[in-house]
Amino acid sequence: MTKTIAIDGKTIPFEDGQTIMDAALAADVYIPHLCHHPEFTPHGSCKLCSVKVNGRICSACTFPAAEGQDIINNSDELNGDRKRITQMLFVEGNHFCPSCEKSGNCPLQAVAYYLNMLDNHFPFFFQTRQLDASHPDVLIDHNRCIFCTLCVRASQQQDGKDVFGIAGRGINKHLIVNAESGQLKDTDLDAADKAAHVCPTGAILIKRTGYQVPIGQRIYDHHQIDAVSLAASGSRPSAALPPFVAVVAEGGRHGR
Amino acid sequence: MQDFIASVVAGHGYQPTRLMMILRAIQEQYLHIPDAAIAQVARLLAISLTQVIGVVEFYHFFHRTPRGRYDVLISDSITDRMLGKQELMAYFSEKLGVAVGGVRVDGRVSLDNTSCTGLCDQGPAGLVNGLPLTRLDQARVDAICEAINAGKAVNEWPSEWFAVADNLLKPGLLLNAPISGGAAIQAAYHRGLPETLAEVDQSGLRGRGGAGFKTAMKWRFCSEEPETERYVVCNADEGEPGTFKDRVLLNSYAHQVFEGMTVAAAIIGAKRGLVYLRGEYLFLHQKLLDMLAQRRQSHLLGNNILGLGQDFDIEICLGAGAYICGEESALIESLEGRMGIPRNRPPYPVSSGYLGKPTVVNNVETFLAAAAIAVKGGDWFAGHGTDKSKGSKILSICGDCQRPGIYEYPFGTTIQTILDDCGADDVLGVQIGGPSGTFISNQELNRKLAFEDLATGGSFIVFNNQRDIFKIVQNFSHFFAHESCGFCTPCRVGTALLKKQVDKIFDGHGSAGDVVALEEICQLVKSYSHCGLGQTAANPVLSTLQRYPELYQEKLKKISYEPGFDLDGALETARRMAHRNDAAAHLAQIGEDHD
Repeated sequence: MTKTIAIDGKTIPFEDGQTIMDAALAADVYIPHLCHHPEFTPHGSCKLCSVKVNGRICSACTFPAAEGQDIINNSDELNGDRKRITQMLFVEGNHFCPSCEKSGNCPLQAVAYYLNMLDNHFPFFFQTRQLDASHPDVLIDHNRCIFCTLCVRASQQQDGKDVFGIAGRGINKHLIVNAESGQLKDTDLDAADKAAHVCPTGAILIKRTGYQVPIGQRIYDHHQIDAVSLAASGSRPSAALPPFVAVVAEGGRHGR
Repeated sequence: MQDFIASVVAGHGYQPTRLMMILRAIQEQYLHIPDAAIAQVARLLAISLTQVIGVVEFYHFFHRTPRGRYDVLISDSITDRMLGKQELMAYFSEKLGVAVGGVRVDGRVSLDNTSCTGLCDQGPAGLVNGLPLTRLDQARVDAICEAINAGKAVNEWPSEWFAVADNLLKPGLLLNAPISGGAAIQAAYHRGLPETLAEVDQSGLRGRGGAGFKTAMKWRFCSEEPETERYVVCNADEGEPGTFKDRVLLNSYAHQVFEGMTVAAAIIGAKRGLVYLRGEYLFLHQKLLDMLAQRRQSHLLGNNILGLGQDFDIEICLGAGAYICGEESALIESLEGRMGIPRNRPPYPVSSGYLGKPTVVNNVETFLAAAAIAVKGGDWFAGHGTDKSKGSKILSICGDCQRPGIYEYPFGTTIQTILDDCGADDVLGVQIGGPSGTFISNQELNRKLAFEDLATGGSFIVFNNQRDIFKIVQNFSHFFAHESCGFCTPCRVGTALLKKQVDKIFDGHGSAGDVVALEEICQLVKSYSHCGLGQTAANPVLSTLQRYPELYQEKLKKISYEPGFDLDGALETARRMAHRNDAAAHLAQIGEDHD
């Protein structure tokens, strides 16, 4: 007999070894997330995927699905708190959506829209952060990094490299690269690497591709992040979405 | 430098798990970890550069730029502040000619704050080149400055400057009757190991770090894992401000702690044990190493212990200034040579801990108690305490009392009894379990020390009626923001927001709505954080807000809104650049004229 969990009253099958997030994505249920990507080891740091499992708050991306779990996901309370957590990410860094190359194609921005985030709510930190434009093809804008480690994991787990890392502690956390000079140009990162394309914000960008997709044709101009995310994870037919979203589903090479 | 580093790394067997100890040696030699050293260590250990940089930047006692030849750190714990730390720090800074956080121009001396050094019963305290300075006062500071300016080596300074007293004032069930070396091991094998586990179960012993998980259950889970390579880890990283009991236990009862680890190892089938000693307790390191050597000589460690067939040995790893490493999975990460970031659970350490192997992590005091239980049996221990909290608890008492020190009580003892014993009157409240615990007011002194009422890892800080609650809360909120590992959003950003919001209100810039905003941040940090640090970081605010809501309201201005920044202050740069300082260049903060 198939094992099942219940998410917002809907019965969902799962297999041993699957997390709540895995089971949800496979069953066409969207749980907001930023640091999670189905191709990489879950990290559990952004906390947007917090759900209530039998009354207890857990990260869906890391918590194993188990028989008898009654899970609340899409509630006003959780979405309200997820909005606050997203606002924390916005005030911590320096995010200027209107001028950002990633605008319209940005999961951070899209999840904020999904959660109906209309202001920053918290005071800004105005941290001084650097730009690394040393690499010929790839740019790091540290102002936009949310420490999800997707680039770290993609580099290690898919590219077979080890280009990125996170250093520092607390609010001083920062993205570093694997080069004695500390500069991206001295790493073995290639613009075709998964790590250069997996960033859910505008922190890692491919040079000379900014603003190429006209407003109105960008990924999130017509689709909310839930639809895009479910298509990317393969639970919805990507044919139902515009071609550029289908590209996301096949490997995350958007904007090219 | 290359040769030095090569020999250090070789001395640690090229083991990446020894990264912390390797970096400690480099820091000591070069007063920082030079970039070239980082690269060389990464190469020699065959680990990534990013891992080494991550570790160097994560721990407070490692630096990427040189500290002074005399590196002075002063404990910024609330109890040190209550003993005049801030004035003393200002005096120190002026006298040495170095800014707090800075290095003197000649490179000789550096001065900075550090989190609680575990010397709260003999503060104001600090560290010089890692060694403890106790009972600091102006005269001592004068003498220290003189020694530094004369270039006198730290090992030539008078030993009384480094004297650390046990202040063991009220020994109880455990501390009154330490067991003799080998007694617990003999008893455990004589009785039978499964039977000894049953005794530990019968004793009702629960983890003494504060969380209170049943020790026997932890050991049983670990022993039932299919993987047979298993580890015993002793958590001696007591970083909770106000706690110093493990300092005393390791100074005067270490044999019994090691014995408890050995019994645990026999029961779970571990061949190796590790003690994670907080970096602040460097002064205990050599003493503990000597005791381990002595135990090996006495066949209490090593192969075929006491001829009973057990093989087990213990090594000591030093931390480097990170409160978060008291969390067991962060501690394991640190033992493996990584940043102290708590792991996702499940899996729990009992099934996947050190090096991914089944691991029992227990507090120093838990092993101490377990050794005694192995000798005297479960009923002996369970005969003390309450129904749900068996046995005794060792407290580190400090703050506003006449006799700060170590006290041991059976669980169920009232707070009032404890206050009477340590000589505390005119009490405003008591912080039980440190900043991550609970603040109780003087209306609650009949509450009891117990897991079911007031649980504590050992910290017990007394405040008298002259103390300002806000200064306490502010100090604690800054502490958590400072110590957050930064892994998850709610804690990384939330503790920083909490600090800002607390400062805004306490510095008199709060207006209507700001207490509600404070509460909201508290709830987010508490509910959504990844580990215990974040989940408890809001406790100082929440427990005082619950008890003194009127004090918070009084702090608020009677205006509807005030921005979180000082407008006039923010204009200062522009005024300087424009060479203007007339009245029109000073704008009044919004709403200042309103009521």
